[in-house]
Amino acid sequence: MSATRAAVTISGVDKVFRTRKGGEVHALSDVSLEVAAGEFVSLIGPSGCGKSTLMRLVADLDGVTGGEISVFGKSVEQARKDQDYGIAFQQAGLLPWRTVRANIELPLEIHGVEARARKERSDELLALIGLEDFADHHPDQLSGGMKQRVAIARSMAERPRLLLMDEPFGALDEMTREHMQNELVALCQETGAAVIFVTHSIPEAVFLSDRVVVMSPRPGRITDIIDLSFSSRDEELREDAAFYEGVTAVRSALHGGVADGPRGVENR
Amino acid sequence: MRGATTARTMLAPVALGVVAIALWQLLVVAFEVKPFLVPSPSDIAGAFTESFSHIVDAAKVTGLNALIGLVMGALTGIIVAIFANALRVMSQMLAPLVAALAVIPIVALAPVFYAMFGAAAHTGRQIIAAIAVFVPMYLNTLNGLRQVEPVHRDLMRSYAATAEQANRLLLLPGAVPYVLNGLKIGSSLAVISALIAEYFGGPANGLGKAITSAAAGSNYTGAWAYVLGAVLLGALFYGVTAGIEAWALRRRGGS
Repeated sequence: MSATRAAVTISGVDKVFRTRKGGEVHALSDVSLEVAAGEFVSLIGPSGCGKSTLMRLVADLDGVTGGEISVFGKSVEQARKDQDYGIAFQQAGLLPWRTVRANIELPLEIHGVEARARKERSDELLALIGLEDFADHHPDQLSGGMKQRVAIARSMAERPRLLLMDEPFGALDEMTREHMQNELVALCQETGAAVIFVTHSIPEAVFLSDRVVVMSPRPGRITDIIDLSFSSRDEELREDAAFYEGVTAVRSALHGGVADGPRGVENR
Repeated sequence: MRGATTARTMLAPVALGVVAIALWQLLVVAFEVKPFLVPSPSDIAGAFTESFSHIVDAAKVTGLNALIGLVMGALTGIIVAIFANALRVMSQMLAPLVAALAVIPIVALAPVFYAMFGAAAHTGRQIIAAIAVFVPMYLNTLNGLRQVEPVHRDLMRSYAATAEQANRLLLLPGAVPYVLNGLKIGSSLAVISALIAEYFGGPANGLGKAITSAAAGSNYTGAWAYVLGAVLLGALFYGVTAGIEAWALRRRGGS
């Protein structure tokens, strides 16, 4: 992987938060990671391991204390200004006074895309997430899963080559969650975007990812990276032995033991 | 179900009002209370219908002053709040001034304004109403602008949205319920201020002046009829702004 082909390059990043009482919280310590174009990478770890913080640094929502991050070879600030990434959070974060369509079109509207092109794009995305019939509904008329689908459609509105997702399915029930995972896999295959996906769920990380980055807290750092190379990601994979091996590998990495998965495990 | 609840919430205060007025009438008649103390409701109603057209004319004058004051005060309050929200220093600088405006009885400035703008102009009254409206408008709008959810703030930053875009697309629409609540509070203040300001001089064709001159001419029942006109004017302002609020909130899609 050459640096120019990487979607995201994180090298030696430190992040220290200063608390109001003058204390310091070491959120991330010497984190290095490279995400290739089109690659799906999950960040997993217990609360406080800095996985969300790391994603926010890539998104330029917070600044690094030390080290460097580049996105498509640019500074994070430039990448944010160039709209190189789309972002989705655990809360859907839809604007309640806007319709579903107007919510999806929000980033396009901000960046001066004209009305007709906006409508074309939102039509495509509404079809993609299967909510054509809800285009003129307001968010409070939607279920949690539908809201999250709208939020994901909005993150894809500008066809970004990088998607940043912070536990987007965290608040959903298991059934909806699996359904959303299947949809996300399909969407990513269509768009070919690289994804950094923050999650608490081991099966979710294994099902979705090319690589699972395991992190540990105090200070947040990468303890392991598990490579997964499934030939296809569909409902059958969830019952496949290889899937369970992946789950076991991630779980043992998370619990600090030596990963004993038979293959695809790197220890760094 | 909903209809029944609405009927009950409407009916209860109406019933109370009817009972209160009946009691009032009964007491005045039974104890032969003199009109300069309290006239009976039926006498007030009689005076009200008798000079109805004059009351309406006077209400138009006072109402126009209140309306102009309401619009000026509301716009100024919203605009100043937008800047105060963007610049923390400005909101800190304004805090004592707004607190002062909130505690000073603004109408006390009326004589000063009559001196400034001349006794024939309504300008002073309109300014007094505007200042009275400005305070709740500014405080409510500022509060509303500060209610932004962190996720929305992050979103706007991720879109590299300009301050103008963030205001127009996120902050102001989010503040609408607060702004409309401020407008509702301001609407009654506008009427009260415009009315009381008339007590201190200026053109004599408004409701406030009509109340004082009727009372000064020992026409107590007439004074009460004008007071009734003022109550109705205040209720009209409040009703319209409360209606706008209810309509806008329903239109936003529930919540």
